[in-house]
Amino acid sequence: MSKPEGNTSGALWVRRAGLEQLIGVLKAQGYQVIGPRLGEGAIIYDPIETIQDLPSGWTEEQEAGCYRLRRRDDDALFGYNLGPQSWKKFLHPPVLRLFSTERKDGEFRILPPEEKPPRYALLGVRACELAAIQVQDRVLMGDQFVEPNYQARRAGLFIIAVECTRAAPTCFCTSMGTGPQVRGGADVILTELAEGFVARPGSERGAELLAEIEHEPATDAQCRQAAEAVAAAATQIVRHIDTRDLVRRIYEACESPHWDEVARRCLACGNCTLVCPTCFCTTVEDTSSVAGDRAERWRKWDSCFTESFSYIHGGSVRMSVRSRYRQWLTHKLASWVDQFDMFGCVGCGRCISWCPARIDLTQEVNKLVARA
Amino acid sequence: MSEVAQATLTMTRARVLAVEKETHDTFTLTVASADAEALPPFEPGQFSMLYVFGVGELPISISGDPGDPERQVYTIRSVGQATHALVSRRPGDMIGVRGPFGVPWPVKAARGKDVLVVAGGIGLAPLRPVIYHVLRNRDDYVRLLVLYGARSPRDLLYRKQLAEWGRAPDTQVLVTVDYGGLSWRGHVGVVTTLFRQVRLHPAETVAFICGPEVMMRYVVRQLEARGLAPEDIYLSMERNMKCGTGFCGHCQLGPYFVCKDGPVFSCRQMQPWMDIHEL
Amino acid sequence: MEGKSLEEILREHPFLEGFKSEHIRKMAEMALEVQFGRDQIIFREGQESGLFFLIVSGKVALEVSAPGRIFRVQTLEAGEELGWSSVLGEGGKHFQARSLETVRALAFEGARLRQACEQDPSFGYALMRQLLKVVAERLQATRLQLLDLYAPRAAKLI
Repeated sequence: MSKPEGNTSGALWVRRAGLEQLIGVLKAQGYQVIGPRLGEGAIIYDPIETIQDLPSGWTEEQEAGCYRLRRRDDDALFGYNLGPQSWKKFLHPPVLRLFSTERKDGEFRILPPEEKPPRYALLGVRACELAAIQVQDRVLMGDQFVEPNYQARRAGLFIIAVECTRAAPTCFCTSMGTGPQVRGGADVILTELAEGFVARPGSERGAELLAEIEHEPATDAQCRQAAEAVAAAATQIVRHIDTRDLVRRIYEACESPHWDEVARRCLACGNCTLVCPTCFCTTVEDTSSVAGDRAERWRKWDSCFTESFSYIHGGSVRMSVRSRYRQWLTHKLASWVDQFDMFGCVGCGRCISWCPARIDLTQEVNKLVARA
Repeated sequence: MSEVAQATLTMTRARVLAVEKETHDTFTLTVASADAEALPPFEPGQFSMLYVFGVGELPISISGDPGDPERQVYTIRSVGQATHALVSRRPGDMIGVRGPFGVPWPVKAARGKDVLVVAGGIGLAPLRPVIYHVLRNRDDYVRLLVLYGARSPRDLLYRKQLAEWGRAPDTQVLVTVDYGGLSWRGHVGVVTTLFRQVRLHPAETVAFICGPEVMMRYVVRQLEARGLAPEDIYLSMERNMKCGTGFCGHCQLGPYFVCKDGPVFSCRQMQPWMDIHEL
Repeated sequence: MEGKSLEEILREHPFLEGFKSEHIRKMAEMALEVQFGRDQIIFREGQESGLFFLIVSGKVALEVSAPGRIFRVQTLEAGEELGWSSVLGEGGKHFQARSLETVRALAFEGARLRQACEQDPSFGYALMRQLLKVVAERLQATRLQLLDLYAPRAAKLI
């Protein structure tokens, strides 16, 4: 698979009509196209049918504990950054039936699954989100076991990345090395300019798709403009974490009084784990019919912030909020490295926007290691 | 993913062959596969996820003889709704078995040495396969020392076997209870008090410990005070488990997933994490 | 006891491990060989027993009586000591001690031990230090016992 990066000879120029065609071709190939749209007061990810469904002319204002939609003074289709949802909504669904069983004559049998796993095409994946998908690939497919439901949704996934041309105040992808430029992992990479898109193929499939829609070769000026727009986004980033020797420094701070300070503010609401694109913890729930002849096992998202998460033998290991916040931050930025050879955090900043107590992960980390 | 790993994601249906009452709240189930494939072989210290129709799955240590894998044995203490459902099974009932999972006791590392087994309460169940293994391969090991503590005489597991094992050559079995009644003429006191009665050769001993975490911490301290190296001491840890395969995230202990990096850990691995409160 | 001298028995007893020969000799001068049959009460709760024992063989149970019940809280075996409170000489015994099988021990009068400590501070220090060690271990073990670690806890959540 060829992945030319920032290489003008492969770059194309695609207008809006071409993008509309692109959606059409994907649908015709049997993909369900998922993209950004306005919903519930935010920009969320849901199935889209045409480019009319995209949040044209909308952007966001984000800060710690704050998210607002704002109108732009143009009609850019991807002029926002990140809403509360991430692509794990589709790849690692919040609610999933694992199996159903039927009982008869003292025996039960496991019934074959009724639905085939869906084929998704994701439109509008940011660089940090691509990194998050790669993190979940490592966790759910790259270790001792392979999670079959994730694998089924991941196989044949079509990814159209859209590079950021602005940064939200909550973004810190540059600290985590995940953006704003898109590196590998996408089939098509788009950068939106005023009159259209610079489109680069990221894979053979991507190149084939681009060949089927209206396009022309991108000019050097267009490519330069696209590169400059993405570079400008990087300069807008205001939040940073120093990741040098971070794992050791976080482990050493395990009894720091700083955890008590955070605990005073943290509500253990779990919002951060819900919006985080790499959080993967789940729980299972078994249900049975009233007649007792059918049972199902469902998997649901869970959060290490809940009191029962670490429940064992009549009590929870992590009873205090202090210990649960410590667990989450330590896992995301230290233990994850020991477990999966990478950070769990991609710097998307969602946890900062969506924390009702305005706890800012970057501030907490910096304060934590400064105290050492 | 290896074939073995793939197999452990799916459930094998199993029939309960026998249910034996060990104590007032602890029962031993013997199961065999009800499907075409036999239950896969296991190593001492591994566990399975046992499924009761409509109730759910529980991680339970395999407590039988690894040399006889087709009949799998599980000793379960009834402490709540889910364990109660398991111990209420009757011969002929069907349950689901997924596994075996986990890092086993490193019985090979103990070859040529004394094997010291220290068990507290239900902790004897995941250690019994070690004892079976040593007895089956007796010439590979020197002495077998079993120290076992339970709450009271009526909570002792495998009493007949304990007596049998104690009669074997080069084997010492010491049993103690926290609370004894008048009819109990054996040792009374926590399991650490049994150390006074054994002579250890620290450089020639590998210790396997399983029991409540507090008990294991104190036993480790005693063993280190007696000269055992942390690389020669192994513990079986326990955390909340929903999947057994490292995906649900619940069983994390520091950087480890107890289900796949454990449940057996060397003291060397566990030491930096064991004393951290609420880890 | 099997033809060994008191000094020999004391030298082999774990309680006196590391003691100087002159101190062991001093202990031997104060030692009295005693023997208890099966199920004999060695001392009762509250009794002002002034004796401190080093158990040479057999098993002793420490017991507490409650209305209608007797709790056996600890057993002591060969190589351990019994009745450390006699060395301090304050108040009666906290527990009842019963021999579970034939017990052979060396007994020492608490008052004589105290006198020896006062006359020879270096002996006193060695004895008190060892006693403190033994009592600390006993306390540790008792605390662990109190935790009732094996007790079942009713599940609050599944």
